[in-house]
Amino acid sequence: MPLRRIGAGLRAELWAKLESFNPGGSVKDRAGLWMVLDAEQRVDLDGRILLDATSGNTGIALALAAAVRGHAVELCMPDKIAAERRRIAAAFGATVTVTDPLAGSDGAILRARELARDPKYVYLDQYANPANPLAHAETTGPELWEQTGGRISHFVAGVGTSGTVVGVSRALRPRGVRIVAVQPDDALHGIEGWKHMATAIRPVIWDETCADEHRTVRTEDAVAMAKRLAREEGIFSGPSGGGAVAAAVAVAREHAGLVVALLADGGERYLSTPLWE
Amino acid sequence: MPVTVRLPGTLRDAVGGETKIQAAGKTLADLFADIDRRHPGFRARVLDDRGAIRSYVNVYVGDVDARSSGGLDTAVPDGSEVMVIPAMAGGR
Repeated sequence: MPLRRIGAGLRAELWAKLESFNPGGSVKDRAGLWMVLDAEQRVDLDGRILLDATSGNTGIALALAAAVRGHAVELCMPDKIAAERRRIAAAFGATVTVTDPLAGSDGAILRARELARDPKYVYLDQYANPANPLAHAETTGPELWEQTGGRISHFVAGVGTSGTVVGVSRALRPRGVRIVAVQPDDALHGIEGWKHMATAIRPVIWDETCADEHRTVRTEDAVAMAKRLAREEGIFSGPSGGGAVAAAVAVAREHAGLVVALLADGGERYLSTPLWE
Repeated sequence: MPVTVRLPGTLRDAVGGETKIQAAGKTLADLFADIDRRHPGFRARVLDDRGAIRSYVNVYVGDVDARSSGGLDTAVPDGSEVMVIPAMAGGR
């Protein structure tokens, strides 16, 4: 949808793709479903448990897909991180193993790697699973093209696992769309789902060359933009959505065309955090 | 008795590569000032421009979230453990 107020006065049109309208409430529904369907094709899941490390949205997506497909799921999630997402994943039937909060999502990854040595688990590993970017190459990219009537000139999204950026790049770069990858400006940040690649465990699927531009956003600017999205556009976004739009505004100020920012989820997933106070 | 402060890996660079350090102070504000004296710039990483704990940083004294117990004025008993935790996690 177009962002008419926030986008006013920019060289390019500014649009947002709202992933909170997916069934599980986030962009991760795409990768979650694709990874579960791919696992069904590759391995015998009978009596086994799907396993992954997640700070929340992938966990919800996997739990939802697994509930529908009839599989058990176990998720490694950092303790003391937004409780909403843990509870939603558990509501879909997932078992949650909490990990050291000081180690963040990387600590959850290391715990999942330990558990994955047990053959009862099927480790989906969203950070290395080709089905993750494939979901975006086959769905997000083509949707962006169709929903903008082929007018999209720039795609802007944050990098966490990097599945969205890598997959959309695969689908839209050949059509001339420029891909902008955004990261937090500091290792200690509050943009849920994004990785500061220089200091984090590097996702296997991440490929810097899939993006034409790399930008950074401060947490304060991401949160401020999330608040503007709510008050000026009626869009209740998570902090990463604010970060993506903040970066997209900068792109749309510099370039003509139609710039689309991907808003990964909704703000209600962060009500237990102080970000909205 | 000094207080043990546990830090996330993302703050390791701010305190010379450690994730567990000792500090002294009766309140969190004192504690952070003590760390900042030895590691200049530490406070700026954890506190915002108004001097409050950044919205995306949670600080626990024992099991108590400092945000609900007085913020930087939270008392830090001798020998207690303080944890500084990112409120968000990278990657989903």
